[in-house]
Amino acid sequence: MKKKLTHFLNWVLLVGSTCIVCLFLGIILFDIFSKGFSSVSWNFISQPPEQGMTKGGILPALIGTLWLTLITTLFAVPFGIGCAVYLNEYAKPSLLTNIIRASIRNLAGIPSIIYGLFGLALFVQGLRMGTSVLSAGLTLGLLSLPYIITTTEEALKRIPNSMREATLALGATQFETIKDVVLPKALPGILTGIILTLSRAAGETAPILFTGVAFYINGLTSSLNQEFMALPYHLYMLSTQHQSIQQVRPLAYGTAVVLIVLVFGLNLIAFYIRFKQRTQD
Amino acid sequence: MDQIKLSAHSLNLSFGEKQILKNINIDFIKNQVISLIGPSGCGKSTLLRSFNRMHDLSPDAHVKGTLKLDNLDLYDKNISVTEIRKRIGMVFQKPNPLPKSIYENLSYGLNIHEFPKNEIPDLIEKALKESYLWDEVKDELKKPAVKLSGGQQQRLCIARTVVLRPEVILMDEPCSALDPISTGKIEELIMSLKKDYTIVIVTHNMQQAQRISDKVAFMYLGEVIEFDSTENVFKNPQQELTRNYVGGHFG
Repeated sequence: MKKKLTHFLNWVLLVGSTCIVCLFLGIILFDIFSKGFSSVSWNFISQPPEQGMTKGGILPALIGTLWLTLITTLFAVPFGIGCAVYLNEYAKPSLLTNIIRASIRNLAGIPSIIYGLFGLALFVQGLRMGTSVLSAGLTLGLLSLPYIITTTEEALKRIPNSMREATLALGATQFETIKDVVLPKALPGILTGIILTLSRAAGETAPILFTGVAFYINGLTSSLNQEFMALPYHLYMLSTQHQSIQQVRPLAYGTAVVLIVLVFGLNLIAFYIRFKQRTQD
Repeated sequence: MDQIKLSAHSLNLSFGEKQILKNINIDFIKNQVISLIGPSGCGKSTLLRSFNRMHDLSPDAHVKGTLKLDNLDLYDKNISVTEIRKRIGMVFQKPNPLPKSIYENLSYGLNIHEFPKNEIPDLIEKALKESYLWDEVKDELKKPAVKLSGGQQQRLCIARTVVLRPEVILMDEPCSALDPISTGKIEELIMSLKKDYTIVIVTHNMQQAQRISDKVAFMYLGEVIEFDSTENVFKNPQQELTRNYVGGHFG
């Protein structure tokens, strides 16, 4: 009887904690959507801000975030996959390899503001790219690299050795084996990792703060050396830095809704890819 | 005079500190089927895989001794390993078709070895016929190979090896994951391939070894204990160990 009771209490405890977590998530989403949904319209996402940002939309911030994500992808994906392939397929187990792996894992733990300062020192000043969408994109790329490397390596590890042996035994080189069998087979896992990483990077504020994001720019970002607006910073600015905060509050909530929908959309794509892969196996 | 196709002399192989093969001396005759038998862990697969240099990727594997295909030293530094693997094909324990269509599973090897494009369709048809698979798949060559049954997949893996016209085919327990009917088909296939290829097969199935092989090598703890005609090994073994093993007393 007593045993049954403890079982029941344990169960209540575990289900209870799960419910609390879901509850908080629900409250946050409800709060943002209920206050922000009314300000989201086609005009909101297709118009620039007007009258000192008290009216109008968020188009430049949206475009800026897309630019940023694109640069991050172009920079982080090839290097990340290359590094993961080297570590998993070529590197022999040694002290050096272990040190490299440990460093990569540690990179993932560095606070994002540090990446911002590093980007300022390296890209903005060191390489003289100035505060620009390129500097900011590269900084976010650095931040994304460790995640992409780790998730790609995990995806490569899941490919059984028998797949590699199949082509090697036919006389394929190791490079052909990786290109023709290992990477295509690991692609869904790699893509999932990339998308989840990018959705995280798209919401980052600290790394772009020093490297190129602007309070307001006239017109849309159209070249790599320009400063830019971005959704997370626009949100931060509207909710804390604007001179008439009360007036722009609905716009801030609207921005939050767009950002959340963007990130959730990316995550949904990742879930879909993973689901499809699981049903295929 | 029988021609020696594949041979190992004074072969010692170790993984790190652990010695797996001890002073192996063995010659395989052309156009014969040779079975390697012995208890698990005796080094059969390791020996088999040393002929097409599948140990190259294990950094702690050390191979000493001379392995030859005809007069070609397989571990010569100037020989390309991809060329060796083209001449010595391999079929694995678990069917491992490439994640591509049936047709592409066969065209893959042809393409990487740069066979003339216009010959490829005929070569593929011929290899599928030789592997007794053509009639079952000829209408669905574009189908993903993983959709085939286990037995069909294994015959596809054999066809994929055969299409490159190797000289030797190594088989590592090719029937262990298959049902008796599929096994029968593969055995029939092996017997028919013998006229063109030299086949070395690792098997745990004593009946299979007796049915298909010309010669049998019994291995134990990394050594070849007895290597003789199938009949002698099973009916009149010279060594006590062999007698106990084929008699089913251990293993």
